[in-house]
Amino acid sequence: MSGDNDRILTGAHFLDGDHACAEGAIAAGCNFVAGYPITPSTEVVERIAWRFPSIGGTFIQMEDEIASSIAIQGAVWAGAKAMTVSSGPGISLMLEHIGLAAMTEVPCVFVNVQRGGPSTGLPTLPAQADMMQARWGSHGDYEVIALAPNGPQECFDLMIHAFNLSEQYRVPVLFMMDEVIGHMTEKVVIPPRNEIKITPRRYTKLPPGEYEPYVPGDDLVPDFAKAGDGHRFHITGLTHNEKGYPVMNAECQEQLVCRLVDKIRTNVEQISFFHEDGLEDADVVVVTYGISSRVGMRAIREARKKGVKVGHLRLVVVWPFPEDYIRHLAERVGGLVVPEVNLGQVVLEVERCAAGKCDIISVQHAGGAVHKPQTIYDAIMEAVR
Amino acid sequence: MSTAPAVENPVEKLLRADRMPHIWCPGCGIGTTVNCFARAVKECVSDLDKLIIVSGIGCTGRVAGYLELDSFHTTHGRAIPFATGLKLANPELKVVVYSGDGDLIAIGGNHFIHAARRNADITVICVNNFNYAMTGGQVGPTTPLDAVGTTSPYGVCERPFNLPFLAESCGAVYVARWTAYHVRQITRSMTEAMNKRGFSFVEVITPCPTLYERRNRLGTGLDRMQWFKENSVIKNGVDTRECDIAFQQKIVCGKFVDADRPSLLEMVEAKMASVLHRQRWERMSREQQKPIAMRGMKV
Amino acid sequence: MSKESATTTSSEDQPEAKPRPKKVRGRVTVIRERCKGCGYCVAFCPTGVLEMSREFNEKGYHFPQLVGGRDCTGCDLCGMYCPDFAISGARVPVEPTDEPDVEKQEQGVE
Repeated sequence: MSGDNDRILTGAHFLDGDHACAEGAIAAGCNFVAGYPITPSTEVVERIAWRFPSIGGTFIQMEDEIASSIAIQGAVWAGAKAMTVSSGPGISLMLEHIGLAAMTEVPCVFVNVQRGGPSTGLPTLPAQADMMQARWGSHGDYEVIALAPNGPQECFDLMIHAFNLSEQYRVPVLFMMDEVIGHMTEKVVIPPRNEIKITPRRYTKLPPGEYEPYVPGDDLVPDFAKAGDGHRFHITGLTHNEKGYPVMNAECQEQLVCRLVDKIRTNVEQISFFHEDGLEDADVVVVTYGISSRVGMRAIREARKKGVKVGHLRLVVVWPFPEDYIRHLAERVGGLVVPEVNLGQVVLEVERCAAGKCDIISVQHAGGAVHKPQTIYDAIMEAVR
Repeated sequence: MSTAPAVENPVEKLLRADRMPHIWCPGCGIGTTVNCFARAVKECVSDLDKLIIVSGIGCTGRVAGYLELDSFHTTHGRAIPFATGLKLANPELKVVVYSGDGDLIAIGGNHFIHAARRNADITVICVNNFNYAMTGGQVGPTTPLDAVGTTSPYGVCERPFNLPFLAESCGAVYVARWTAYHVRQITRSMTEAMNKRGFSFVEVITPCPTLYERRNRLGTGLDRMQWFKENSVIKNGVDTRECDIAFQQKIVCGKFVDADRPSLLEMVEAKMASVLHRQRWERMSREQQKPIAMRGMKV
Repeated sequence: MSKESATTTSSEDQPEAKPRPKKVRGRVTVIRERCKGCGYCVAFCPTGVLEMSREFNEKGYHFPQLVGGRDCTGCDLCGMYCPDFAISGARVPVEPTDEPDVEKQEQGVE
């Protein structure tokens, strides 16, 4: 492969998830990446480093993940479209700045190619054990959006969606891959440029002197302005008012933080994205996301051969969690089977929303490999009994 | 009655007057450095819209909030990488990091040394009051040996950093240190630093009357400023190794480094121009080698 | 100190006398409500024209006042030292007939 001048490499490719993720970012218009090497995510930034110069992007390997996670925010304030890439331990370091991005409403994408944890764990082996960290990792009340692709093609397609969501809601978006998806090589079709829909950043139309950085629109999202355009705005991670000035009292806290959270919570229906298959008359539904969906599909196929009415709900947007949907689903099925490569994380949300209306079977895995289809098949059978 | 016009303080143009008076203590030196900064900006910045201030957390970190410029009050220790991203994404911006000793050198130390190493085109103004003031006067990496702070109540047992030496050894192209007493020199150094391409560093040693001076029985802010006046030794161009600070010993001030090296962006652009030119040439050659019918196809 | 204006003299007969250059004097502006009474301006004024007032501002601090108006050079050292942006000096041109006293300001200069 040669370093093309073309941003969008339209055509069919044989790429692994990490490479497809990089191409997805490029196709989405990303033009600034700051990163730090960490297995199994490094290939993403390596491809970016190789591709960016000839398409007008800037890549810098920073001294650590903490620097990467804030350098991208500086770049966004200067007008760039930015992302950073890491794995569990690096995301742990970046948590403070995920909070900063949520608090100051910076559109950016954090890619987490999950690996075995906790701590240094299993650098070269998969897990899905950072799902709760994605939601709750930073301190304070805030909301993020998290997507879970299930293969290289989705690594491409959903990166564009991730950037679009981050621009629409001015929120950091976490892209939850894992080591298997990252290193799995499959066909990836990159469409022509005119078929790729990009959500533009909503810049203010107000002149300097009138613009205040945190006046929300009807959708609770404020218009953006970039540094250097004369608006002379102030941005702080302290609790702030609409002018961006720090105001240290409970009233301002309520006004600001509730809006940050409601920005997402009141739009769960629009943001939610999942794939359903065979849910209409299902007795049991398997709820999956990411790599577990691939294994789950095999188990479901086998169970259906045995006549079991088993449906498949594959979450693509995991956070915000589709609470209402799960509530209603729990009322009409006998059981929900939730396979994850972790010791029970998203299943806690499923349990909470099901509120005892059906059985919940958590199919856990400590990490380092994916489930065997047999394990999920057995769980389906148990749920049907 | 005089008919002379009102005097405008150069700093007023830069201040968010709706946020005055500020939170700094009586006699705090931060405001003094901001006055110098305002006068330096008047000298060397023609387009205030393109001047961006980035600060971290702490008393000095509040500078960003008081200046009517595009200003960013970022997380503790991380003003420098934020500024690096800002400058790389829009090289037309003039980016100044304005923060304190603890923020820039302790938690921010790693970022400081790398930005200097890279020669990132930013100006870093470090207000050094020898402690973490905002949080109540804890010691920091510049607190002199034997001085006290709340987390070293019996006296500091660690050697402090010599900031000019640190900056120079990491690759800063402009290094100067003054005390808050040296207002004219501070202004001149800030002007030179902002006009300089690459990583420029100005350290200003300031009083912290409420905490460092009080805990170490060094008198009022005014006493401290008088002490600076009598105990500073100006040695322009001296080897930065001589700039160590010992408790209540002479402080070496001056402009120590004024070098010229390509900035980070200049290095990146030069490299890319040479490499991509070669790539384009190689691609053209491969293309010419294909049969005419296959030229332009991706195979 | 006001600059002494140079009087033009010429040994030759001139059809018109050259106009006298404007006098310049120093002038200080104090925003008393910003002052926190640190005393730097008073201590570092090179001509010693400032003194802390006996009055208090709203926060309870004494603020500076000009006592030796004629001697103010407008050097603005007070302005450079002030940590609170509460005082500044400048050289302003004055009409030869002006009294060398300090203009009152809305914020309360003395």
